[in-house]
Order: sequence, then C-alpha cells, then structure tokens
Amino acid sequence: MEGLYAFCVGLLTACGIFLALRGRSFSVVIGLTLLSYAVNLFLFASGRLKLNAAAVLGQSEQYSDPLPQALVLTAIVIGFAMTAFVVILAMRARADLGNDHVDGTLPSLPNDTQQKTGGNQ
Amino acid sequence: MSSLIWLPFLPLLGTLIPLLTARFSRSACAFMTAALPAITLFLVLSHAGDIFQGERFQAALPWIPAIGLELAFRLDGLALLFSILILGIGLLVILYARYYLSASDSIGKFYAYLILFMFAMLGVVLSDNLIQLWFFWELTSISSFLLISYWGHKSDARKGARMALTVTGAGGLALLAGLLILGDTVGSFSLQDVLDSGDLIKASANYPIIVVLVLLGAFTKSAQFPFHFWLPNAMAAPTPVSAYLHSATMVKAGIFLMARFYPALADTDLWFLIVSLTGLATFLVGAYIAIFQHDLKGLLANSTISHLGLITLLLGMGTDLAAVAAIFHIINHAIFKASLFMAAGIIDHESGSRDMRQLNGLWKYMPYTATLAMVASASMAGVPLMNGFLSKEMFFTETLHQASLGSLSWFIPVLATLGGVFAVAYSTRFIHDVFFNGEPVNLPKTPHEPPRYMRVPVEILVALCLVVGIFPSLVVGDLLLAAASATLNGPAPSYNLAIWHGLNFPLLMSVVALIGGLVMYYNRSHMFKFQAQFPTSDPKLVFEGIVQSLAIKASRIIAFTENGSLQRYIFFVLTLAVVMTASSLMKLNATAGHRPEIPLDALSITCAILLCISALATVIWHRRRVVALLTLSVVGLIVSLAFAQFSAPDLALTQLSVEVVTVILLILALFFLPQKTPKESSPRRVVRDLGLASLIGGVIGTISYALMTRPLDTISTFFTENSKTGGGGTNIVNVILVDFRGFDTLGEITVLGIAALGIYKLIAKMRLYMPSSDDNGLPWSEDRHPMLLAVISQSLLPLALLVSAYIFLRGHNMPGGGFIAGLITSVAIIQQYVAHGVLWIKTRIKLDYQIMIGSGIGIATLSGLGSWVFGHTFLSSWFDYFYLPVIGKFELASAMIFDLGVFLTVVGATMLILANLGQLTTSERPIQKEHD
Repeated sequence: MEGLYAFCVGLLTACGIFLALRGRSFSVVIGLTLLSYAVNLFLFASGRLKLNAAAVLGQSEQYSDPLPQALVLTAIVIGFAMTAFVVILAMRARADLGNDHVDGTLPSLPNDTQQKTGGNQ
Repeated sequence: MSSLIWLPFLPLLGTLIPLLTARFSRSACAFMTAALPAITLFLVLSHAGDIFQGERFQAALPWIPAIGLELAFRLDGLALLFSILILGIGLLVILYARYYLSASDSIGKFYAYLILFMFAMLGVVLSDNLIQLWFFWELTSISSFLLISYWGHKSDARKGARMALTVTGAGGLALLAGLLILGDTVGSFSLQDVLDSGDLIKASANYPIIVVLVLLGAFTKSAQFPFHFWLPNAMAAPTPVSAYLHSATMVKAGIFLMARFYPALADTDLWFLIVSLTGLATFLVGAYIAIFQHDLKGLLANSTISHLGLITLLLGMGTDLAAVAAIFHIINHAIFKASLFMAAGIIDHESGSRDMRQLNGLWKYMPYTATLAMVASASMAGVPLMNGFLSKEMFFTETLHQASLGSLSWFIPVLATLGGVFAVAYSTRFIHDVFFNGEPVNLPKTPHEPPRYMRVPVEILVALCLVVGIFPSLVVGDLLLAAASATLNGPAPSYNLAIWHGLNFPLLMSVVALIGGLVMYYNRSHMFKFQAQFPTSDPKLVFEGIVQSLAIKASRIIAFTENGSLQRYIFFVLTLAVVMTASSLMKLNATAGHRPEIPLDALSITCAILLCISALATVIWHRRRVVALLTLSVVGLIVSLAFAQFSAPDLALTQLSVEVVTVILLILALFFLPQKTPKESSPRRVVRDLGLASLIGGVIGTISYALMTRPLDTISTFFTENSKTGGGGTNIVNVILVDFRGFDTLGEITVLGIAALGIYKLIAKMRLYMPSSDDNGLPWSEDRHPMLLAVISQSLLPLALLVSAYIFLRGHNMPGGGFIAGLITSVAIIQQYVAHGVLWIKTRIKLDYQIMIGSGIGIATLSGLGSWVFGHTFLSSWFDYFYLPVIGKFELASAMIFDLGVFLTVVGATMLILANLGQLTTSERPIQKEHD
C-alpha cells in the first residue's frame, strides 16, 4: 500500500510541477492545486499510514499520529485561500495587462520581452 | 550585576536627547546630550576599584540558548580601559563640537549620530558574546558612515563615507565568518569560553582560516596596510568626528579585537608573521606618507595609520611585555592624537584653511593653541617627559627582544627606528610649518584664538599627556595593569613604568630617531623633490573605478540571468531543488525501510488508478480548461477518500468541502479568463519540463516511500495523553487545533482573513471585460435560476445549517470542528447564491462578510486573552462538565469560543471571496472610488 501511495504522491507532484511550468496563469493555478494535493498527502503520510485508527480517544485501539493531521487540516484551508488569491490575481492581471501570460506579456510579441507593462492605471 | 546589562544602552537612550533638545540653545543641547554619557562614565568608573583588584563583572540575558544567542556584557580591565576612552574622549568631543559646528549645521543630528556611535563602540568593547560583538562592530561601521557623510552636500564626504563603509563593511563580513567558525570550533559563542580554549583553537585545523578572517576584520577597521587608504579619505568628516572616531576610538576597534582575542589566537608563527609584518609595513608606510601631506588632517590621518601599525606590530610580537606596551600606546595615542585633531580643527576653524602651504607663523596669532599643539606633537614624536615617549621606549625595547625572524630579526629594530625618524620628521613639520616658518599665505580670514571653552578639551588632553608622561605609574599604572592582565587572560608580566631606565639601547634608538627626524625635516626640500617624481594616484578615484566596474559587471550578469521570464526562474529554482535533494538521497542506502507495509486491496488499487488517470488527464487536457477543471475535481475527491481510508476523518471532511468551494471558485474565475490555452510551448520545452517534472515526482515519491516504510518516533504522545485531561476533548486533531497549538491556528485564520480582504480589494478595482459568448461563439445562456434548484436548495438550507451546527458542536470530541462547519455553512449559502442570484440573496441574507472575518479573529483572540484574566498564559483553555435536567451531562470549554472564532472567519472569508467574485457579473459588483 505504501508503495502505491508514494507512487500517487510522486505522480501528482510531477503533474503539478509540469503544469506550474506552463505559461498561462490558469494552467499554473491548476498545477499549484495538484501540487498542493501532493504536498498535503506527503505531509499527512509523514505520520505513517494506519487503517481504522482515527485519532479520536476511545474509538479505536491505536491512534494515528494527530499532529500531521492538524497541520494538514489548516494547510488545506490556507491552500484554498491561496488558490483563490492566485486565481483572482490572474484575473486582475488579465484585466490590467490584457493577456493571461505569467510574464504579463505575450512571448510572441517581439521587442517587448524586456519591458513589463505596469497596467493601464 | 544587572546594571551592566543596561549600561551600554544608556547612551542609546541618549540619541533621542539631542534630537529633542536641538530646538533649545546649542549649549543647552550639548549639556543635556552629555548628561547620559557622563552618568555612564561615572557608573563605569565606580567599578574601577574592584577591577583593579582583579575582579571581572559579567552579566547575561539568554535569548536563544540552544544556538548560543544571548545579550551578554563583561567589564574587565580591557573593557574598562576602552570604556573610559570612549566615554571620556566622547564627552570632550561633545563640548568641542558645540563650538566647532557652524550655525547652519544641525547640531541635533550630529550629536545623535555621535551618541549612536558611542553606543555601538561601547557595545563592542563590553560584549561577552561573539555574535553580539559582531553586531555592534557593524553598528560602528554604519554610524561611522553617517558621521563621515554628515556634510552630505559635499562630494568628498559622500565618497569618503562610501569608501569607509565598503572597506570596513567587507571586513565586517569576513569577521562574521571568522567568528562563526571560531564559535563552531570552540562549541560556544561565549567570549570567556573562547578565551579559555586557546590551545584547542590553535590545534584545530580551522585555525589558519579563523586567524585570516578575524584579522581581515581587524585590519580593515584599523586601517592597516593595504586597507589603509580609507582613513585619509574619511577626513572629509567634521573634525570632532576625526578626533573621536578616526584617532581615538573606532580605528582602535581592530586593535581591540586583536587584544581581545589575544589569548585565543596569538602566540603562533602564523599570527606573528601576519600581524607583525602587516603592522610593520603600516607603521612605515603611514609615517612616510604623512611627511608629504599638505593637509593638516591628512598628516594626522596618516600618522594615525602609522601609530596603529605600531600597536599592531606590538600585538604581533607575541610576548607579554609587547602586549603591555601595545595597551600603553593605545592610551597614549588616543590622548595625544585626539588633542592634535582638535587643535587642527581649531586652526581650520579660526583661519579657514588646513593647507600647510598657507598656514605659516600662526604662533603670533594663537600662541596659546600653538603651545598646546606643540606639546601634543612632541608627544607624538616621542620626546621625553611626554606620554608618547614612554610607550615608544617600550616599543623599541620589545623590538630588540624578539627573535622570530631568526637571523633577520635585526631588521625589526632598525626599521622601527626608521619609523621613529619619520615620526619625528612629520611632527616637526606639524609644529614648524604651521606655527613658525614665516607669515601666513592668502588665508581666508585672520587667525585668532578660539572661544575659551573650545580649548578646554585640548587643554585637558594635553595636560594628560604631560601628567602621564611624568608620573606614569601613578596615573595609569592600575588601569594598564588591569587591561594588560585582561588582555593576556592571566597575570601581567612585571614591568617598570619609569622615565629613566639608564643609558641603554632603546634610549639610543630614541636619540637616533630624534636627531634623524630633525635632519630629515631640515632637508625636506630634497625629499619633496624626490617624491614629486612619482606619479600620484588618488585612491578615491581608483576605488570608485573599481566599484563602478564591479557594478557594470554585476548588471551584466543580472541581465544574463534575469531575462524577465518567470517560467525560466521557476525552472532554475526547481532544478536547484532537485539537485540538492537528489544528492542527499543518494546517501540513503536502501529505499525501503523495515516497517511492515499494509497489504493492498482492490478498492484502494481502483481509487489509485482513477487518481492517476484523472491527474494525467488534467495534464493532457489542460488547454481545455473546463475539462481540466472537472478532472481536477476528481483528483480532489479521491484525495479526500484517501484521507478517510487512512484514519483521518477530519481531513476527509475538510478536503471534501474545500473541494466544492474550490471548484465553484475556479469555474467562476474561468468565466473571465480565456476558455482555452493556446499551444505555445515548443516541443523542446515540453520535453524539458516533462523531464524535470518526472524527476521531481520521482524524488518526492522516493522520499515519501522511504519515509513511510521507516518506523516513526512520534512526538505526538503528549497530545494523545493530554487531549482529554488537559484539553477536555477526545478528538485529538481538534484539540491540537484549538488548544495545544491554538496560537498557530489563530495565525492561520488571520492569514485566511487577510487573503480574503486582499482578494476583495483586487476585485474592487478590476476592469473586466465581460464575455458575451463562449470561445466557440455560442452566446451564454440567458436562463435564470431554475425553479427546481431554487426550491430544493431553499429547503436544504436549514438542514445544511443544522448539520453544520452539529459538526461544530461535536468537533471537540468527534470528527468536526470550526473549520469543517464553516466550510459546510459556506457551501450551503453559496448554493443559495447559485440557485437564486445575488439580488435575491441581498434582500434576504444581510451578512457583512468583512465584519464576520473581523469578529471571528476578534473572538478567537479574546478567548485567548480571556485566560490572562484568570492568570494563565495566552490561549490556555478551560473546560468543565455540567448537569442539566432533560439534557444530562454536558461539557463547556473555552476552546469552543475559540472554535467559534475559527468558524466565523472561515465562513466570512469564503463568502467574501465567492460572493464578490460571483456578483461581478451583476449590477451589484463592488465599485471602489478611485483616487489615482
């Protein structure tokens, strides 16, 4: 089971990183979301995998490690806030810059790679 | 002794006084500025008696003991000597500067910088911890920069300040490296531990590195050859600064450092070679250059370099008596050089020039000042009955008594005598050129005596020259003995501070130096002619040139590496990360550990396959964004199932509800973004990125596998054991969140709130273009809010809220809690938005989400503060059990109030984000008045 779990974590990481390396903001957001799944699973697994061992007193004979769970729980919620922030930032960038490339300029435009347009404000 | 802790901080408090009192008269400002240093000096002196008896005062406040960080001060003989110099001369300089600065100079700013420097310097000499010493060391560089650039409108001042900061700052970095290695070698950053482990340090393989790095710091600060060039350029500072920093105190910091670490680092061949040869070279070079200076302050600056070289040479010799002579010369040099600088300042102030080709025959105009300056110069030259003579005699004696250069050892006394000749020559030039030698040439104003009290500091210092010179052991005997034994970290050797040692060789060297110097001065015209043949180079120009070319090269490198492509930066960062992780993974022998694995079952395999397919599908279809979003949500769903499978019900619930909210968010956002991603990555780049991504995935998977198959030594036992008894709950995860690590959670919900408010602001100013059709040209459906959805969701709302309340209430003992309940409530409200639209909701649900976030964080904080009322630490929780008829036994816990705060923040943040994003398409979109 651990091998399968580790494989899934690795695959999610790889998919997340590949998408995070793309040039358009939405792909990057999707990639970061995949990456955060991988990170959460990874952190959670640092408490080792256990079946039928919820960290609730009196519910089972042995307990899984509650600390990584507590950390991951807040990480999930914060991860949502960060995804939201990034995606809104991407919208804002598109609104202000006119395109959704992460560099703020389209790579196909020549003579424009050095200069960042700072929006139209 | 607790007073020692705040002793150096008294002057720091004093930096405010001149700024506040500068509006009053100058005398009042000076007087009040002097008050705190005077008190500090008094306090330091009150310990002098005990220190002379051999006592040493130490005080420390631990900060992070595990890595040796503390606030630690010590007052021993060496620190006492330097403190007296810093505070005593500092007080005289305050008085002097009151008359020196012109009406247009801001005296408050000057005094504030000066006192800041005083604080930094006191910190250096009183520090009992290596890192802390370095901190103050850097502070002296910075305050020196501020003081040199005090007349910032002058280009010279700015350039000189920059040069001084660059040189001493670079040395400071070397020093930091040296001290870190030193502390690491000894295993402690406490100064006393370092001083006590001299043998250990010298035997260590790091010793040469430590010595070189520490000495780099010392040499740059004390203007030793070849770093001496910054000091003459620092003379652009106001003269009180030169008198204080660049003769008496700051440039002595390097000397202090060598003296401080003398027991730990000195007394090896390496130390002798580097320190004494550098000192000797500096001694000669400084003295030789000094002879040819036309600027009064330039002469004094180069003479200072020379004398610092002399002291360095003494410290390098490695004998105990040489160390005593070095300490003695530190005192004497500080006294006569500060008074000479002040005299030069008076001459400049009252005649308008510092050029010795213009200044002639001033004896007629200012006989009193001339007398004082002549006495001080005589001391500088080493004339008998002056303090300079005594330490110079000791110096000559010591040069005769060393044999470290083997058969070449006779070089040192000969060269020392030559340096003495130079010293007499430039001292004579200072006296004869300025005060005699004809009439003044083209002076801007007619010279006259300075104001009465401007002379007082000079008088005091010159009197000290004489008193120390005539009654040495009576005046400074105790201080010297205490400082010397502190330097040696043991008893000082016996020595005799007499003026007359009989007819001996050192006396002969003095006589040779005196006569030789006079002869040299008499033949100065030949020397000047000889010197004029050399091309002159201005170190300032050379230095600026080097800095410029460095800056140009640096900007070229930056232009090469930073081409503005974020994709490229991330690629670099990730490559570096994978290289570093992979290289350390190679040291791990086996991938699998010994922990038995859980056997596979069909359901898990099915889920895993589904997860992998969805993840890959997300990647493959990432250009069709809606499809990618759907496959992404499948991944999220399976992740929450994985949490449920592996005994983490809280995580499963959280992941599930966050998943819903995230997908709604992304779909909303997608409305405003292009529906498809153009194909623009070159095949080469795709392969490159795929390679890197697979590599990282492989590394992370390996780490994860290696981690999971190894036994766990958990640190959670405390939480498991105390969850019920200490936190009053059986759901350990929830108790950790709201109780054990409640402070972390408070931080998390604050971040959540900040993110939501940030999003609110981003949305409010967004200029959106509203797509009227999708990418295929089909117009968006105008259908509004299907009736079926509206009816069902409306009836579901109470149920959802009930579930949410249930999940919230049981959270302390069963899976659930504020986070999950908050998310469920949010989903329920969002459903109403989806089903009915913003306008309908606006009239029915009147919730201000910003206030909700604020009150959530407020409630959480207050529940933490509440424990203060009962005398407990922040966020201590309270709980108890109560009985009510009908309901039975139930529990009340203060953690529940905290959880309520979490709940409110989560609901507020989620709704603020989604509701505002959702109503962008409607007439309710938030509009912010723009000021730009």
